[in-house]
Amino acid sequence: MSDLRDLYQEVILDHSKRPRNFRSMDDASHQASGYNPLCGDKVDIFLRCENGIVKDVSFQGSGCAISTASASMLTEYLRGMTIDEANATFASFHGMITGESNGLDPESLGKLAVFSGVGEFPARVKCATLAWHTLQSAMNSDAGEMVTTE
Amino acid sequence: MAGSPLTSSSKIRRVRWDVDAIRSDFPILSRKIYGKPLVYFDNAATTHKPQAVIDAITGFYSEYNSNIHRGVHFLSQQATQMYEDVRVQVKDFLGASRAEEIIFLRGTTEAINLVARSFVKPRLAEGDEIIVSGMEHHSGIVPYQMICQETGAKLLAIPVNDRGELDFNAYLALLGPRTKFVNIVHVSNALGTVNPVKAMTEAAHRVGAEVMIDGAQAAGHYPLDVRDLGCDFYAFSGHKVYGPTGIGALYGKYDLLDEMPPYQGGGEMILSVTFEDVVYNKVPNKFEAGTPNIAGVLGLGAALRYLTSLDREAALDHENELLRHATERVGEIDQLRIIGAARDKSSILGFVLDDIHPHDIGTILDQEGIAVRAGHHCAQPVMNRFQVPATVRASFALYNTKAEIDHLIDALFKVREVFS
Repeated sequence: MSDLRDLYQEVILDHSKRPRNFRSMDDASHQASGYNPLCGDKVDIFLRCENGIVKDVSFQGSGCAISTASASMLTEYLRGMTIDEANATFASFHGMITGESNGLDPESLGKLAVFSGVGEFPARVKCATLAWHTLQSAMNSDAGEMVTTE
Repeated sequence: MAGSPLTSSSKIRRVRWDVDAIRSDFPILSRKIYGKPLVYFDNAATTHKPQAVIDAITGFYSEYNSNIHRGVHFLSQQATQMYEDVRVQVKDFLGASRAEEIIFLRGTTEAINLVARSFVKPRLAEGDEIIVSGMEHHSGIVPYQMICQETGAKLLAIPVNDRGELDFNAYLALLGPRTKFVNIVHVSNALGTVNPVKAMTEAAHRVGAEVMIDGAQAAGHYPLDVRDLGCDFYAFSGHKVYGPTGIGALYGKYDLLDEMPPYQGGGEMILSVTFEDVVYNKVPNKFEAGTPNIAGVLGLGAALRYLTSLDREAALDHENELLRHATERVGEIDQLRIIGAARDKSSILGFVLDDIHPHDIGTILDQEGIAVRAGHHCAQPVMNRFQVPATVRASFALYNTKAEIDHLIDALFKVREVFS
């Protein structure tokens, strides 16, 4: 039986109420938009990359606590990473949430491990992964095509 | 038709509604969810089934199973009779004049598609207009968008006021010589609004347009009389009237159905086939290609039998009282806004909390064993009209209780706690 505390942990609630890096970015080198048609979650991810390093990450949008917290924590976590490291983090995060982690230790994701409980709430997985799918799209310069969770 | 919860108590008959007896008819209601009693407030999505309906379906497969209409053997003739008896039942349920005016298909969505393709499209020329309400379910929009795109006709929407009611004068202003067809929901699945479909049908007929009414959210709650309403087509779904999924009925005036081309081709809907020519069957068989959902029809028959055996006025009073109680109690929750406060309203309560997303509310309610729907309810234009991404929707039925509503209120206080 899944405990709500597994989903709505202090850290997640904090990030949903006070999202970090919640702003648009005029000098973004990459950006993308994401949308969850089932519940109306919307997110825009902005990146400024220089020499293959993520210098700045921010987001805008509106959505549920899980999607907001996920986007907020993403922006903190990715700052200073290389693009390769960011891609690897996406794969790990996605694996952790969908349960396809092949023995990956959630602890290796540091703070992002708080989302490990989302897997117990299948209807909310797309909320947690929306920002990350949108990030992927931004990094791969699919800008112009709206990312959707469907 | 009006079942407003706000009428004075003298208009609400004090009939005892034995909700415990009703609940005992529905086996699923004894389930526990996460160890808690199931509080099922998602009836607008689908209703639960009484044992009689379940028995009709399993009984068909264990005793009566056969294909219908074509066999010379006993089982086939018996099954055919049972199937056609339900057609008569539906005719009576809707107040139609002939059983031939009832077509069985998958549900309301398929009915609207059939009418759009087979009746409306052939009548459309470029610049013609179809009017739908601003509170349609997507099924009442997309089929018409498709045929408008194919013909160059235009789709117009009747504005919705802040209470969630259709602007009747705006509707009258939209009607004109180019109006070919009107499609309206009888009851809005997102707002609960009950629309004045009889008056709207009369207005449409005055300009020479025909009318389809989507009765999906109405049929399980309000006694219907399609001849009194005057509509040309009326559809409802079995699974929203305590029957099985995969079955619904379309009523159409006989003369219209008779001249309409078929919707799907195949067996059963023909009288004769050669490679050179085909002669279609008469109504209603013309619109029932292939082997139908026979078990579904029989389940629907059992559901209608169950529903009509109840005191329907008492049932409506009960549901109105549930709505009244819920509407009153949600007022205790800070920053809760009800979306849809029509004066004539069915037992649907859509709401938002200004600071907490419907998805989060729905998840926390779920953990308390409470089933509500959180989302756009296949009515994105309604969400846009009220400038919300989604709402939480609690929808009540025969077997819900005031105690369950009190439980919902407790859970909403808990939602506030989690997010404080």
